[in-house]
Amino acid sequence: MPTEITLRLQINGEQVRRIIPANRSLLDFIREDLRLTGSKHGCDVGDCGACTVLVDGAPQLACITLAAECEGAAIRTIEGVTDGGGLHPIQEALHRHVGAQCGYCTPGIVMAMTSLLEADPHPSDSAINEALGSNICRCTGYTKILAAVREVARPGSPS
Amino acid sequence: MSQHEAAMHRPSVHESAHLHVTGAARYVADLPGPPGTLWALAVRSPHAHAVIRGIDVAAARAIPGVYAVLCAGDIPGHACWGPIRHDEPLLADGAVHAVGQAVAVVIADSEAVGRAGVAAVGVTYDVLEPILGIPAAIAAGSFLDDAPHVITRGDLDAAFATAAHVIEGEVASPAQDHFYLETQAALVVPEEDGTWRVFSSTQHPTEIQRAVADTLGVGANRVVCEVPRLGGGFGGKESQATPFACMAALGAWVTGRACRMVPHRDEDMIATGKRHPFLSKWRAAVAADGAILGLDARLWADGGWSLDLSGPIVDRAMFHVDNACFLPAVRIEGRACRTNVTSNTAFRGFGGPQGMLVVDDVLRTIAEVTGIPEADVLRRNLYGDAPRDRTPYGQAVDPTRLPRVLDALDARSGRSARVAEVAAFNERSRWVKRGLGLQAVKFGISFTNGLLNQAGATVLLYTDGTAQVNHGGTEMGQGLFTKMRAVAADALGIRPESVRVMATSTEKVPNTVATAASSGSDLNGAAVNDACATIVARLRPLAIELVGEDPVFAGGEVRGARGAMTVAALASAAWARRISLHATGFYATPGIAYDRAAGRGTPFFYYAYGAALVEVEVDGRTGESRLVRVDVVHDVGASLVPTIDRGQIEGAFVQGFGWLTMEDPRFDAAGRLVTHGPSTYKIPASGDVPGAFYVDLLPDADQPGVIGGSKAVGEPPFMLAIGVLGALRDAIRALRPGRSVRLALPATNENVLRAVAG
Repeated sequence: MPTEITLRLQINGEQVRRIIPANRSLLDFIREDLRLTGSKHGCDVGDCGACTVLVDGAPQLACITLAAECEGAAIRTIEGVTDGGGLHPIQEALHRHVGAQCGYCTPGIVMAMTSLLEADPHPSDSAINEALGSNICRCTGYTKILAAVREVARPGSPS
Repeated sequence: MSQHEAAMHRPSVHESAHLHVTGAARYVADLPGPPGTLWALAVRSPHAHAVIRGIDVAAARAIPGVYAVLCAGDIPGHACWGPIRHDEPLLADGAVHAVGQAVAVVIADSEAVGRAGVAAVGVTYDVLEPILGIPAAIAAGSFLDDAPHVITRGDLDAAFATAAHVIEGEVASPAQDHFYLETQAALVVPEEDGTWRVFSSTQHPTEIQRAVADTLGVGANRVVCEVPRLGGGFGGKESQATPFACMAALGAWVTGRACRMVPHRDEDMIATGKRHPFLSKWRAAVAADGAILGLDARLWADGGWSLDLSGPIVDRAMFHVDNACFLPAVRIEGRACRTNVTSNTAFRGFGGPQGMLVVDDVLRTIAEVTGIPEADVLRRNLYGDAPRDRTPYGQAVDPTRLPRVLDALDARSGRSARVAEVAAFNERSRWVKRGLGLQAVKFGISFTNGLLNQAGATVLLYTDGTAQVNHGGTEMGQGLFTKMRAVAADALGIRPESVRVMATSTEKVPNTVATAASSGSDLNGAAVNDACATIVARLRPLAIELVGEDPVFAGGEVRGARGAMTVAALASAAWARRISLHATGFYATPGIAYDRAAGRGTPFFYYAYGAALVEVEVDGRTGESRLVRVDVVHDVGASLVPTIDRGQIEGAFVQGFGWLTMEDPRFDAAGRLVTHGPSTYKIPASGDVPGAFYVDLLPDADQPGVIGGSKAVGEPPFMLAIGVLGALRDAIRALRPGRSVRLALPATNENVLRAVAG
């Protein structure tokens, strides 16, 4: 049996303390132990972006991150983006532009774009493409996702 | 009259959009399952072809947390499954025929323990020589069908005798992994009295219900299959969700506890089938003006080791060899090869794209031998007035629709000016060249097995004026539920917000067909409409009594000659009069039939049409290419929900573009898939899509006899991406004028560079 450790961290503003196997991935910790299932298993090797969460504000792929590495960190998941119940502007824009079809990649895209827009509220197209390059979508052809992000990045300009 | 606008034919967000963007949308793997839910993990063959000498499960069973290890002999009911022919043992019985075939299933209390259990099962194999690839299968006479399917018409010998040019060619098209973002997933929960509730990420709940019932040896009435939503399907969960549900069911059966099976990505890619690779050889008789006089084409598909859906996939490929072109004399022959790879399966287009590549290659070759531009060769060969309006299998084609689409595309894209701009660009640029490709698509809509064209619905109206809609289709991102909500809202005269489309379940609508063949909204929409109409017909006499003659149901109100009332008040009044507020609906597509032995008939209710102009840029020094601009005009009839249809068109185009240019599944010499994750198997990313992407829906295009005058949209636009190949060829020709362009597929940078150098 793997060694167990005591993990303390903050999830969506709430302090959490759990005893977990030392080899538990952050994604399994979030999904199985905390039952926050908005973050998805997509490829399990850190290439599709469906599991993207924010660790101390920076996007991180939870499937290839050990929960143990996050001792003391502040984690934000998709469930923590709508604080107070209102949609984040990027959620609102994806909603309105039909930027989600099957929706499975959407939480990861929301997290990656939230991080981008918090670091730079007006990113260039190439910065958007760079940031979105870590997230795979199989349904939309990305057009509506890009339109939504551009609209938030440059309000008022044609997308 | 009510001033409320209809719900159909208006833009709408996806009905689950608020759940998608907040992470609240639940997929099968997100369902918690009862306490003590177990995991099923498969032991899979590492060999493409081998005899099993023995399976030693003792060490695995001894691991704490391993509840059971099941082999073929442990299955209580039927041991084999398959969507047409039951030729796939759920667990290998004596031999394996593909890498990734399930040999045993380990039931454990966690995924990690299950993995340890899988590693501890010892299987002894005598390895045999596999048959890999279509040429090897042809040489060995290894086929999944008993005889080829043949479609013929006209005098081919006479066509060749009178031809100005006799040309020939060969097209090899690659496999494609579905890469639905959500892998296969199933959760089976035992309920009381020997009944089972199956949650599955499947496009075909009824097949899951039947297969689980067969595997466990119980009646279908003891199994319910429920589908919350799919994280993408694209055909990959039409038949191949089945073994995952059945293995989870074995775990639930043997332990009495709930059991889930959710493979990781690499296991999913190794174990499940892909788009069929095809090899097609053709010979064509061509007139001096570039008109096709005759075509003789032979198609072979790599079906993998079992039949799965390979028969109808070959049929659909054959039905689409002509694509938009009239073939006066023709012979088309198709066969499905049996090889030692995982069984290839449905994938958006279902053989249609592979068939269309034949005529694409013919048109390319005609352009090269006659010097007529490819776009003009296409126009010259389009379907026309009788007798040039009949497909090789005899179905009539409306010859006016596609020219309308092409004219609209010429106008929207400014095609003639763009041809000059590209020429001017290429004049200025030594190594980087641009090219234009024009693609027309004519795609047949209906399951070609006519009996599958049926659907049911159950609609429940409540006394508060809200409704639940159940139908046989599954929501996998294509927006079916959004469309069904609009259909039901208009048919019941209530607002779309008052309609909930329920998770698909075999206990609400039985005996359904797969959500496939682009048919979901046509079939289920008509069934939902039928159910709603039944309810409204029951309410109408009461409405006349309460609000006067000619009552109109719209926007939550019923307005008649004497006044108005809410649908809620009418429903309450109906309840008090003991009038039923729920109804079933049914639909069967009329007038379709195909005689496979004769190669004649009307397999399709109608055709969907579209066209694209694609502009690419190729760097002749590296073979790198990029999409500069894509213009599309697509015929979706009177669009049920235009925002949804645009999303389908854009997504399908990009998926087709991925198939033809970058998705490159590789198998090693022993038949092992070596590209089983996104690090080695590249699907389009956001940086790959065109900077300028314009999609117009053809106006004034109502389709008679289809719900709301709409047309199916799921598959047809996938084939618009074939225009990328024409554009690449055009750019490559600019690098090496006057020479034939042989571009192998997928048109990766390497293959483009080879074509430039070749």
